[in-house]
Amino acid sequence: MEMFLQSLISGLLVGGLYAIIGLGMSLIMGVLKIINLAHGQLMMVAMYVSWSAWNYLGIDPYLSVVLSVPFTFYLAKFLSKYLLNPLIEKDSILPENQVLMTVGIGMVLVELARFLFTSDYRSVQTSYTGQAWDLGGVSISIPLLIAFIVSLLLTAGLFYLLMKTDLGRSIRATAQDRLAASLMGVSAEKITVLTYGIGSALIAAAGTFFLPIFYLYPDVGPEFTAKAFVITILGGLGSTVGAITGGIVLALAETFGATYLSSGYRDAYGLIIFLLVLVFLPGGLKSLTKV
Amino acid sequence: MHNDKFISKSEIGIFIFALALPFIFDFSPYIQGLLIFVVLWVVLGTSWNLLAGYTGQVSFGHAAFFGIGAYAAGVPFFLFKVSPWWGLLFGGITAVILGYLLGIVVFRLRGPYFALGTLAAAEILRIAFGQEEWLTNGHNGILYMTTWVSKYPYYFIILAIAAGTILTVKVVMRRREGYYFLSIREDEDAASAIGINASKYKNISMGLSSFWAGMAGAFYFIYMGFIDPETVFALHNISIISILVGIIGGVGTIWGPAIGAIIMVLLQETFRSAFFGFAPQWVSGMHAFVFGLLVIFVILYLPGGVVGDWDLIRKKLHLKRKSEMKK
Amino acid sequence: MSILSLKNVTKNFGGLTAVNNVSFDVEEGEILGLIGPNGSGKTTIFNLINHFFPVSSGDIIFKGNNITHKKTHEIAMLGIGRTFQVVKPLKRLSVADNIMAAAFSRESTFEGAKRVTREVLEFTHLDHVAHQKAGGLPIAGRKRLEIAKALATRPTLLLLDETAAGLNPAELDEAIDIIRAIRSDLGITIIIVEHIMKVIMNISDRIHAIAYGTTITEGSPAEVAANPTVIEAYLGSDYH
Repeated sequence: MEMFLQSLISGLLVGGLYAIIGLGMSLIMGVLKIINLAHGQLMMVAMYVSWSAWNYLGIDPYLSVVLSVPFTFYLAKFLSKYLLNPLIEKDSILPENQVLMTVGIGMVLVELARFLFTSDYRSVQTSYTGQAWDLGGVSISIPLLIAFIVSLLLTAGLFYLLMKTDLGRSIRATAQDRLAASLMGVSAEKITVLTYGIGSALIAAAGTFFLPIFYLYPDVGPEFTAKAFVITILGGLGSTVGAITGGIVLALAETFGATYLSSGYRDAYGLIIFLLVLVFLPGGLKSLTKV
Repeated sequence: MHNDKFISKSEIGIFIFALALPFIFDFSPYIQGLLIFVVLWVVLGTSWNLLAGYTGQVSFGHAAFFGIGAYAAGVPFFLFKVSPWWGLLFGGITAVILGYLLGIVVFRLRGPYFALGTLAAAEILRIAFGQEEWLTNGHNGILYMTTWVSKYPYYFIILAIAAGTILTVKVVMRRREGYYFLSIREDEDAASAIGINASKYKNISMGLSSFWAGMAGAFYFIYMGFIDPETVFALHNISIISILVGIIGGVGTIWGPAIGAIIMVLLQETFRSAFFGFAPQWVSGMHAFVFGLLVIFVILYLPGGVVGDWDLIRKKLHLKRKSEMKK
Repeated sequence: MSILSLKNVTKNFGGLTAVNNVSFDVEEGEILGLIGPNGSGKTTIFNLINHFFPVSSGDIIFKGNNITHKKTHEIAMLGIGRTFQVVKPLKRLSVADNIMAAAFSRESTFEGAKRVTREVLEFTHLDHVAHQKAGGLPIAGRKRLEIAKALATRPTLLLLDETAAGLNPAELDEAIDIIRAIRSDLGITIIIVEHIMKVIMNISDRIHAIAYGTTITEGSPAEVAANPTVIEAYLGSDYH
């Protein structure tokens, strides 16, 4: 029973973190209609920014969010403006050339990180690293809890942005129908760039709050890219609530699968569910609740 | 398409040159190894190109076929001490069976979802082959004393596999199958309206593509004498590089992936050796970085790849030379 | 004998009924015009016949076989060819290769497909652009390529979806000649959807008129043109 509760709680907390990774991807997929295979790599960049701030300047990783998020935001805007947007007009044999471009971008980011920081595993040591609450045999990691709360706040913030602001309305309009939106006076090009920026800023925030929990190394990204698209497909494209469900489902599948089935297959559970959902529930889990 | 000669004189010339290469030059084992890797990548890139470049099914999981081919040679050896050379018989066939099974799932998906589906499938295999130690010896991998010390026999074998791969593409593209592949790539709905059974021909394309990727995998085990799941099912080092080799050389062209393979290996080795010792040592860490930049450049400015946009490149170079002459 | 029969065919998209209980027969060797205002369901009927969409209810009978649940490529192989209103050329292939791809549906050899391609190129007056890329053709050429691809599959019934739209008067006359020749020289039955009255009234033997997915009337071009409901639904704005 304790093992069950422990799995459940860890699963839920990690699920909250996964949700923000998924949110960013979901936003980008919804508006740009591409799979961003540089997603985790941008998160890695943000983590190195925070790690550097901690290592060289002694700034607490929770504070360095004010550095890592804007840095990643502007970097992503630059990438999408000069590398992704120009491809929309280009005629290429494979329609996936934007996706392939994100592969190239991811590769350059990883290798740049390897060059600057070497392949060594890094981590930050703070007063709260490794601290946990003990609730009758079930332990709750403090950094994980903080990250969970932050991810809830970010989700709420994004929800507000999308639903209540003009910018959000423009983003949703572009996601639904790019041409119609541009006829209504929305600059689809600007919105695309901005969306890629915001989506990346979200994972940047996630990355920074992961720093006290996970090790950091140049190749940390791809694993999270994979998680991000699993979450997005699970939750259904372009859905805020869906990203949360997807995040939690993935995290629970991983923790329970690892506890009760086999821990070696931990990373495969998500992918298996992902394939099943892709084939049998193309609308994601939310299509189950639709009548 | 149908005015081209089936095999041109220069193509025969290239093949004879490749065959004669070891007899003309006295290569060091290091260079011999590079030659083998170039040709290995020609096979992988060309087989990916058949499925993606010609049929429009952009697979992000080509490592699945390479890996299963490698293990088709490795598993019987590990379990029963069967000679890995049988892999040259079983590798391709096993990959075709896998391709057929995967096709049932992934061909329900289109575009980017197909890409993700294939990627996920290959990753699941990588994890599974690491876990099922009774079958694969898990992460410890399978080790085998290679048959020959000299690299030349291996060079001729992989050259034969490459010739088979390229010939397959050439033959298929002159037949009904080839026209159907291109039609499916260009517009699946229009293709079905002219009587093309898209799922059948996608399966045929996948079958041919996976066969040669599987052969390459079997060869890899025979040649290297060691495989583990992280190497042969690698997402980046196999699946992604197969794609990039195709893109740089030119998707949907016969010789594109071959050119891409040469560029990729040359670039990698030039940097890894720090320009053969002429550049400072730190340069050697930059090979993947430079390759990534090259990919970005090609997608932006040469969407048809080096071969597909050759006319464009020639024109640019030509113009430059002219303007230089004016000075 | 009727070559194709639609029997009470209905198509719902969600709550919207695009085609409502439509029935008609096409006689062997005739040209049937299908008319109706924009969005009245003409293209949807074509998409139902060649099974781009499944019907919601009703049956489609072709040469005595029920083809309602056959797949698109099977229907093409049974002998129904079609063109697309929004043209779908295989744009990176040459015009000749586009036709080759279609010709392989009946010919298994390269030489056989090439022979059919030459015949079709000549018939549709596309021989002079045979080696151009299909994506680079002007609109008249692309419309004709649609017909050429369909013909190369050797259909017995051809569905023409607005093959005359966007053509200038000279091109229009050429298109009409080709459509007439398809019937007279090749003996192919035709269902044609067209907005240009000059074309449809001229070449159709009979006309089936629909509005909002429902049949209004059917008859000779003269009868349909004189029908007050048709005038109101379809020509209304032009006649007031």
